[in-house]
Amino acid sequence: MKTMIRTKNLSKHFNDFVAVQGVNLDVQAGEVLALLGPNGAGKTTTVRMLTSILRPTQGQAWVAGYDVVTESTQVRQSVGTLTEHHGLYQRMLTEEYLDFFGQLYGMDALERKNRIQELLHRFGLDQASGRRIGEFSKGMRQKLSLSQALLHSPPVLLLDEPTSAMDPESARLVRDAIKTLRSDERAIIICTHNLAEAEELADKIAIIRRGQIIANDTPRNLKQKLLGLGEYQVTLHKAVDGRELPLPPDTKTTAIGSNWFRYRTPTPELTNPLLLKALLEEDFSVVSLEEIPRSLEQVYLRAVNAPAAKEAEDVA
Amino acid sequence: MWHNLQKAFIITRREIRDQFRDWRIIVPIIILTIFFPSLMNFTARQTVDFVQKYGADIVGDRLIPFLFMVVGFFPISVSLVIALESFVGEKERQSIEPLLNSPLTNIQLYLGKLFAVMFPPLLASYLGISVYLIGVYRQVGWFPNYTLLVQVFALVSVQTLVMVSGAVVISSQTTSARAANLLASFIIIPMAILLVGESMIMFWARYHVLWWAIFGQIVIAALLIRTGVAYFNREELLGRQLDTLNLPWAWHVFKRAFLGNEKGIGKWLKKNVGGAYKTLGWPIILSALTLLAGGILGSLESARFPIPPELLDWQGLEKGVVEGIEEFGPIRFFSAEGVMIVLYHNLRVILLASLLGIFSFGTLGLIVLMAPFGIIGYFSATVAQSSVPLWKFLLAFVLPHGILEIPAIAISGAIILRLGATLVAPVPGRTIREAWLHSFAEWAKILIIVVIPLLIGAAILEIYVTPQIALWLFR
Repeated sequence: MKTMIRTKNLSKHFNDFVAVQGVNLDVQAGEVLALLGPNGAGKTTTVRMLTSILRPTQGQAWVAGYDVVTESTQVRQSVGTLTEHHGLYQRMLTEEYLDFFGQLYGMDALERKNRIQELLHRFGLDQASGRRIGEFSKGMRQKLSLSQALLHSPPVLLLDEPTSAMDPESARLVRDAIKTLRSDERAIIICTHNLAEAEELADKIAIIRRGQIIANDTPRNLKQKLLGLGEYQVTLHKAVDGRELPLPPDTKTTAIGSNWFRYRTPTPELTNPLLLKALLEEDFSVVSLEEIPRSLEQVYLRAVNAPAAKEAEDVA
Repeated sequence: MWHNLQKAFIITRREIRDQFRDWRIIVPIIILTIFFPSLMNFTARQTVDFVQKYGADIVGDRLIPFLFMVVGFFPISVSLVIALESFVGEKERQSIEPLLNSPLTNIQLYLGKLFAVMFPPLLASYLGISVYLIGVYRQVGWFPNYTLLVQVFALVSVQTLVMVSGAVVISSQTTSARAANLLASFIIIPMAILLVGESMIMFWARYHVLWWAIFGQIVIAALLIRTGVAYFNREELLGRQLDTLNLPWAWHVFKRAFLGNEKGIGKWLKKNVGGAYKTLGWPIILSALTLLAGGILGSLESARFPIPPELLDWQGLEKGVVEGIEEFGPIRFFSAEGVMIVLYHNLRVILLASLLGIFSFGTLGLIVLMAPFGIIGYFSATVAQSSVPLWKFLLAFVLPHGILEIPAIAISGAIILRLGATLVAPVPGRTIREAWLHSFAEWAKILIIVVIPLLIGAAILEIYVTPQIALWLFR
């Protein structure tokens, strides 16, 4: 797979303030990376460096194969960006606005016309055609901004809060669009506070805190690293009644109820079939075996708060 | 080049279209284009009729060209508002960010906006002038000669450029329209003074002086555009978040630039101060040439304003030296008090020149320093016309302390020029504030370590040695 976004020790300082420090990221074509972090953590600054708006103080970054410092025009031509603040031109008409950006991206008239119609239709903005942007709802503005980011079919997308201010139906529309865009071999970075959305869309999660990446992996690996081994629950038809459970080695029970028990195992792919087999052999009638769901929110809070607690301990 | 401009014109077209959709811009422009010139026509007609009754035709003759200039100026005053709206307004509304994400270069963005904010006011100005000229021709049969026509059109064009390019510089230093409006007084006040000056020229009917006004404004516009291009860039526009005055940070940057990383005063003098001094080569040459030009200009003026030879009282020299020159302090020769007065005077001039230089890219600072050289040039040329040899005059009154004072002033001119030029010449990796604080630290270093010791030496020579030599040569 082709690496579309790569950063090496990327840092940005504003005077003495360290906004971003030593960020290393790799995003492949067809991959979605969710960049999570508290407000002011450095997400927007990182994205601005990736769009060649801010010059890194240290380190390097390449987007679509172009260096963000020396090939800034090519970088910006290759990136579609949905910014946190859309700042749309209130007095412009919908098509006029998109056409203006199409011209800036060097698209010819026919290509612009077709693409504008396609995007308006895709995001349900057909009704907005011919209307002034000032009349739009927040959700419509968000969709228009997203259309602008996608207009020139960029190979890299940087989306800041792509579904904020949208009603559930529109948000679903946009999430589905992002999934389609990923399958088009695009590399996508999403900055979001919507953790459920990040979990649904992202192949990898990077958590940034005080300008530094403190976690960067697949959601599954992050859960394992930060929340420990996966936890499973077996529900039985009848109560255990003090009978000994036939647990395989390396498996520890974490909780036991009247007709259920939970356990952790480092090798679920081996342990779970063995356990099921042993339970059946011992005449335990099994109703279900399921993994206890662990949310990305738990991972995020653990990642963001753990170093702070450690620092506090160090200070103490 | 054309490809670059084509991209810039995309911005221009959008912004102009947007402006023509805003009644708050269109209504004043229409009023200033049609109503105001018609009012000026009426005023001209009434005034000419009135003054002719009393035989004061000259008032009418001067008023009509003056109003010709004024009707051109009023519509362009709108350009300042449009420029602030376009540059800082867009930044404040955050609609600039999608533009910054586009593949446009900084210069394309800058030029696109510059053309857009200049076009409607200039169009209104040209239309206003045309309406006025047609009206005044029909009413009193007056039409300017072609030179004046070109001058007024050129004047309104460069004034628009100065205001717009100044507004961009202001916009680059603020994040809100409110702050930009406050800072706009830095443009409005000089423009108002300029307009008063131009009005005097029009009433005085010295129209050839307008060329100087046009030339001066072209130079200022060029410097402002240079500054605007340097600071209207993505890093400055989005790197700056607040308009706060952070004095502890400013002090920290200044101190770091002033002290450098060297440990020990010897190393600091050699590397830090010496390093700063070595970079002043061209500024010193430029400053010295400017001072020389001041001397030459002064000498040329001596032919226009000669001093009658009988007023050159060489016999009174001894009295002046011994009793002191009352007008300057009084300066007591051969006394420590006299040294302090001369030093204080020279330092005051350099500080004033520095202050003026900060606000004028260094130019006004150099003009202040040119003044004493103009006086020396004037007296040298005057003396050369008299019976006293020039060398004797220079040897008696200039050279003894000038050997230290002239280099001190030339170096001062160089650091003032450097300080003023910081705004025009961006330093990669530094914001405008950082760059200016670094230049200010260089200014302070050279002033304290090089200029002030030279001035102390010059003041001692001027009080103790120069009068002795003057008395010795002229007794």
